[in-house]
Amino acid sequence: MEDLYPTEKLKCWNESKDLRMKYYQDYAEAHDNGGLRWAGGAWTFDAIPAGLGDDVYPITSEPYGATLAFDKELSLKCLEATEVKGYPRDLCSYMRNYWGSIITDTFAFGYDAEGNFQPRFLDGVEPLGFPKPDFIWQDHICCSHAKWYQVVSELEGGIPAYSVDNAVGPSHEINDRKIKFVVEQLKEGIEFLVKTTGRDYDDELLYKAIRNHFVSTSKWAEICELNKNIPAPLDEKSIYSLYVFGTLQKAGAQVANFYENVLLPEVQDRVRRGIAAVPTEKFRVMSDTQPPWSFLSIFRYLEEYGCVSVGSLYTFGLLGQWEDKPDGTWGPKTIPDTNFSSRDEALYEYVKYELHKPEWQHFYSCHQKSDMMIRIAREWQLSGVMLHYNRGCEGLSIGIAENRLALIDAGFPVMAFEGNNADEREFDQARTKAKIDAFMETLGAK
Amino acid sequence: MIEKFKDWEQNRHEYAKEWKERTGGKVMGCFCTYVPEEVLYAAGVLPVRILGSHEPQDVTEPHIFGMFCPFCRDCLAQGLKGRYDYLNGIMIAQSCLHIRQTFWSWQKHVEGLEYSKFFIMPHKVQSKDAPEFLRGEIEEFVAEVEEWTGKKITDEALDNAIAVYNKNRELMRKLYDLRKDPNPPISGEEVMEISMAMEMVDKAEHNAALEELLEWLPSRTDKPSGTRLMIVGSEDDDITFLNMVETSGGLFVVDDHCTGSRYFWNQVEPAEDRLMAIAQRYIDRPPCPTKDWEERKRLPHIVGLAKDWDVAGAIIMQQKFCDPHELDFVAVKKALEDAGVPTLFLEFDVTVPIGQFKIRVEAFLEMIGDEDLF
Repeated sequence: MEDLYPTEKLKCWNESKDLRMKYYQDYAEAHDNGGLRWAGGAWTFDAIPAGLGDDVYPITSEPYGATLAFDKELSLKCLEATEVKGYPRDLCSYMRNYWGSIITDTFAFGYDAEGNFQPRFLDGVEPLGFPKPDFIWQDHICCSHAKWYQVVSELEGGIPAYSVDNAVGPSHEINDRKIKFVVEQLKEGIEFLVKTTGRDYDDELLYKAIRNHFVSTSKWAEICELNKNIPAPLDEKSIYSLYVFGTLQKAGAQVANFYENVLLPEVQDRVRRGIAAVPTEKFRVMSDTQPPWSFLSIFRYLEEYGCVSVGSLYTFGLLGQWEDKPDGTWGPKTIPDTNFSSRDEALYEYVKYELHKPEWQHFYSCHQKSDMMIRIAREWQLSGVMLHYNRGCEGLSIGIAENRLALIDAGFPVMAFEGNNADEREFDQARTKAKIDAFMETLGAK
Repeated sequence: MIEKFKDWEQNRHEYAKEWKERTGGKVMGCFCTYVPEEVLYAAGVLPVRILGSHEPQDVTEPHIFGMFCPFCRDCLAQGLKGRYDYLNGIMIAQSCLHIRQTFWSWQKHVEGLEYSKFFIMPHKVQSKDAPEFLRGEIEEFVAEVEEWTGKKITDEALDNAIAVYNKNRELMRKLYDLRKDPNPPISGEEVMEISMAMEMVDKAEHNAALEELLEWLPSRTDKPSGTRLMIVGSEDDDITFLNMVETSGGLFVVDDHCTGSRYFWNQVEPAEDRLMAIAQRYIDRPPCPTKDWEERKRLPHIVGLAKDWDVAGAIIMQQKFCDPHELDFVAVKKALEDAGVPTLFLEFDVTVPIGQFKIRVEAFLEMIGDEDLF
């Protein structure tokens, strides 16, 4: 297929890989330097534990589950170990991988013969045992969130745990009372952290972490907004490797810095120079929910038809924060004033901002999600939509059938394919490719 | 005596239509037992639980992805088929992800609704801030219901609703207490008919029928018999299954279901702040797994039921794909077995394979009965 646009690799690619590896290494080695390890979900209010010190390192559950899923051999062992314990295989597949990593006491990372920290699947790497967290700091909006860590704590023989109920209603119904319910839980959570760790709590570190959170989530949205351009400067397969930092440690300075000062300028530069992610771009689609991590090659398969997946509500709005702009378009959320004068004020602004997260809204109404998806389809000028009916995540698959109907009603062709984000036993690659073939033909690609 | 309840349960739609005709009131379809029904009752609205029909159906596939529980799809089928065409409104209280899809699809595709409400029931009921938060949600709900019905919900109306509901809960607890007897006067199947009817009819009428029943039961001569069992798990209104077990030598004497004990177990403790009193009741009730964290409070409650009702075994029933209960049943099974209560795990769909389940239930009963087979 003839190239229509110039293309080039992302310059920050290696830096991003190093950033991700350092994250897991920091977690694994935290105790070596007197630091602390904690575990929680990608959506947890991670600015809060940051107040305990600069040597407090998280491992977030869903990205770690995805990391395990990418390591097919270990993933299968983890999934089967979880099933042996009696847990059903239709539960969240990230969660089952994660539990299996504890049950088998196998971390997805280890050291090679030279002492370098590496993924376990590389030759010569001796995996670590699962590094037990010192405490659990979780949120709860999906049925599996707090329950996930109930089991983690049980499997580990008991870990102090605190979970925050953030399911207080959709963004258009947020009010002072709802914000304060979450704020009060966070304040009690700080007391829990102080009591559990025996450390003092530093509000200045909290303020910095909240600022980082605002920057990470707003700048990520700004990066995604750039994909409205034709050609798209980023493709979704690459986006998966970049959005992940927001799921790892959105309140981390390294993440805020990477998005604001490294990735955003580079993507802006690509737009200025007309650099395409897919040089043959003729068709633009979006996906939905997590991809089948073991089969990201389907996104490369799309490219054979000159089709680029420019993103999704999932990759844009899982961590990215958005708002209506004066011209009626969807753009990055304005970063609030961060000259906090008190812990109460900081927590209030943090919660108020966070409760507008796009990917929290469909927990209250799939129709609201449909509206956001249709908006993306229009503003990012899409030819069609590929919906991953994802058996591995009930939280992001709820309402997906209604989303499909709404997108079709709005005039967008939809291809649904069934799979599982982190259990490769539930994905049929050949069948999915055949569906892509038919879908591309529908869109007019030959 | 049981026939009255059975009639209500089996002719639930006729009852609701007749009630509307008789009272001129509105009927609200509810998808979850965390709905603060006292508010609706105080406004003259009849809350009815929407349940499935246990029939194979082919109308929900475009609306709910097949990985979600059969119960939520069965309930939606009832709406899409027009069986609840008398409803004025529908309402869900935030609980599991599955059933809310029924609410959304119903909201969009079933015509004739005047009002629909997604009620924010907090998940972290163990938070000390949850009662106050829930009180606020109830207060907003009261205002919406007043606007919808055009009726002011007075303190007197709330007091009456609380009294009627508390009476119902008290009578149901009395009924359950009778099942502690070594020779319970009532079967599990009959109690399920009564429990289901409880969620479908005017509580005042249910109370009157319950009082008559409770007066009659001690003198009942044809008492059921069998190995004392408990049933625990997801939503369960599968009367066919209970009948099969109880005609195979078992006798259910207690349960932990949202269609059973979890619905009525605790009372509203009357207080000057009526809305707070109602909120506290829903916070304190035996929890659904979606709300049972960080501490697992269900476990001591379930083991306590097993002990107090002196069960010989427990059947853990699991709606296929029901994640909240899938996240609990391993711990529930262990807790029961650690307490010396053998368990049998069965996975339910819209229809259950009665023949296969019968073999497994009979084997379970033989095992816990320690029968000499030869």
